[in-house]
Amino acid sequence: MRKLGMVTAAVLAGAAALGAVGRPGSTGPDQGGGTITGKVKFTGTKPAMPMIDMTEEATCKAKYTMPPHEETAVVNANGTLANVFVYVKTGLPAGASYPKPATPVVLDQTGCHYVPHVFGIMVGQTLQIKNSDGILHNIKAKGTKNRPFNISQPSVMTSDRTFTAQEVMVPLECNVHGWMHAWVGVLPHPFYAVSGRDGSFTIKGLPPGTYTIEAWHEKYGTQTATVTVAVGAPKTRDFTFAAH
Amino acid sequence: MISWLLAAGLMATAPIPHLASPITQDTTKGKVVYVKWCAGCHGDGGAGDGPAAATMLPRPRNFTGAVYKIRSTASGQLPTDADLIRAIDEGLPGTAMPAWKTRLSDGGRRDVMAYLKTFSAFFADTSQHVTPLKFGSAPGGGAGADALRIGRQFYDSIGCRKCHGDQGGGNGPSAPTLKDDADFPIFAADLHENWRFRGGGRAEDIYRRLRTGLDGTPMPSFSDLIDQEWLSDEQLWRVAQYVRSLSPASPPEVRDVIHAPQLRGALPLAPDDSAWTRVARYWFPLVGQVIHKPRWFDPAVSGVWVQAAHNGMTLALRISWDDRSQSPDSAWLPFVRRVLSTVASDDSVKPAPQLWPDQLVVQFPVTIPEGMERPYFLMGAATQPVYQWRWTSVPPRRAVAGLALGVERFDTLPAAAAPAAQAVYEQGEWRLVLSRALATADTANQLQFRTGRAIPVAFFAQDGSNGESGSRMAVSSWYFLALDQPTPPRVYISPVVAMALTLGLGLMVVWRAQRPRGRGRGRDPGGA
Repeated sequence: MRKLGMVTAAVLAGAAALGAVGRPGSTGPDQGGGTITGKVKFTGTKPAMPMIDMTEEATCKAKYTMPPHEETAVVNANGTLANVFVYVKTGLPAGASYPKPATPVVLDQTGCHYVPHVFGIMVGQTLQIKNSDGILHNIKAKGTKNRPFNISQPSVMTSDRTFTAQEVMVPLECNVHGWMHAWVGVLPHPFYAVSGRDGSFTIKGLPPGTYTIEAWHEKYGTQTATVTVAVGAPKTRDFTFAAH
Repeated sequence: MISWLLAAGLMATAPIPHLASPITQDTTKGKVVYVKWCAGCHGDGGAGDGPAAATMLPRPRNFTGAVYKIRSTASGQLPTDADLIRAIDEGLPGTAMPAWKTRLSDGGRRDVMAYLKTFSAFFADTSQHVTPLKFGSAPGGGAGADALRIGRQFYDSIGCRKCHGDQGGGNGPSAPTLKDDADFPIFAADLHENWRFRGGGRAEDIYRRLRTGLDGTPMPSFSDLIDQEWLSDEQLWRVAQYVRSLSPASPPEVRDVIHAPQLRGALPLAPDDSAWTRVARYWFPLVGQVIHKPRWFDPAVSGVWVQAAHNGMTLALRISWDDRSQSPDSAWLPFVRRVLSTVASDDSVKPAPQLWPDQLVVQFPVTIPEGMERPYFLMGAATQPVYQWRWTSVPPRRAVAGLALGVERFDTLPAAAAPAAQAVYEQGEWRLVLSRALATADTANQLQFRTGRAIPVAFFAQDGSNGESGSRMAVSSWYFLALDQPTPPRVYISPVVAMALTLGLGLMVVWRAQRPRGRGRGRDPGGA
């Protein structure tokens, strides 16, 4: 039996076993332009995440070497906060439109767990919902600006859905497994990122200008910052969330 | 005149077609109807927060989100006008929403439907797709063994049991965790009570719910499975037909008198004794106790099935009822917490969630009344107590007998006076047999059962995992129990004797009628 001290690492290990959560980096276009990078720091006591009892779902339980924990607040080993959705809230030129990527965003259900836990998508871009577990999941999107939906996936399969309106954030959940939650930020532009395993984020390709950027976290709420971006000079803007 | 004709035309068409918007839909008139009839529950602003809403589970629809359970459209789409009209006309069985078809005029219902659409911007958004799904007709042989076997197979493979349970009792492993979109607790439907299904209890209704899902609830749509050919349309129909087969052919009829046949020899005291299959069962609906504070508007037990038999010495009552949990069950504690925090309480102290047991009470008067007057149905009164058997699910699952003097006071009789109790919990159902000698020594406090009399009886039930305890319970009104008398031999002999006498008399009449005719002929010539 592992020591109690290992429990804190279980979130990371569990996530690592399943592939990267909240992939760091940008989803922005790469054709030059301004860049905002930063780290999401975390101060105070690292919150203890409750363990998830998957006894009822042997298929999922078998995918873990160490007991899985909830991901409401994932503090990285370097003291940063993962799963923070950072996006440009205001400041983009009025009337500008941005082409939606042809590639879908993939949301996987594996080990009765959503991967990624927090992600962004553009309005109209395909969300490919994948069931790698092969057991019953339902995927319920509880948007209020977007129409909510609730679909069933009883086996290994994928279902495609799209969102029609900007909404930060649309909660996703599985009702068969009450612990499964994910969050998707729907935007009409590609200027968003999610803090990853090292707490960093990068938003690329911004036209020069002054922007309000917002950092959203499911437990710790939102923070905003004003950043002026120029071409060729990456701007750094960190956020700090405190335990409460 | 034209609008009257249109209304008449609509009335003649069933089901109501898609109402083209040029047909009279007057939101101003609709608002008048809404304020008068709907706002009490749904709120002035349509947010499902009217004065009556706080005690209700499920809560009244919040129109501002435009999320509707009963639709003909894909999950995520708005309902059609016909879907909304249907919900208004038929109501939502199993909830506080009544059917308005006979209460409001056609125009009134159409106008109010138009008005409630104004609570959400989604209805004015022309980019919204509203396309009814194409529902085929039911494949034949739906009640046959093969169809039901296939239905059962897919019931398992598409995971229905996760919430609805292995036998459809609404007691699946995920059931205690279920919440709706507003985070209110929600029960998985008990598939044995199709008359309480929100969108109707026919196989066709069930099939539609499988296709569309019930938006705003944990029930998803299974249409993607057909689109991806993981499942055929016919197979999904079989699931619907199987689910339909879990309920009785028609909703149970409420009859006033429980007939307890007299059986020879020992009574079946075990709930699963096969002798019970030969005894008629009676359904008694239960409702929330809303008279005595703290009131309870959200009982989990919708009714009890009762069977009774006696053998001249002992009476046995078999009571069975659906209950999603074998309380006390710690898995349901978060559910209890959610129920009690959602439902407004008129208790002086807000009840703290606990692991309460399930309870069942059978109530009689202390003596069989001579006239029509019976004690107060709600647990008697200090001036006129009632005689009760109270059973609780806490091991050893015994029952006690006692006198109730109103909701607050129960005087337990000595243990020797308690009825014998045997209970079984299985697949979301309690089955309980209570038995007692017809006659006891303590005639002052215990009802003496007698054959051939109408004995008042009432029932109360509590589901501890729904936060029910004390006066938070489900109640019935008074019904009657009649212990059949053995048929005396004269019942069989008398008709034979009567028939023989009738025949004899008839023959005599014929014989006499024929004789004077012969004599008369002889006499006539000499007559006056």
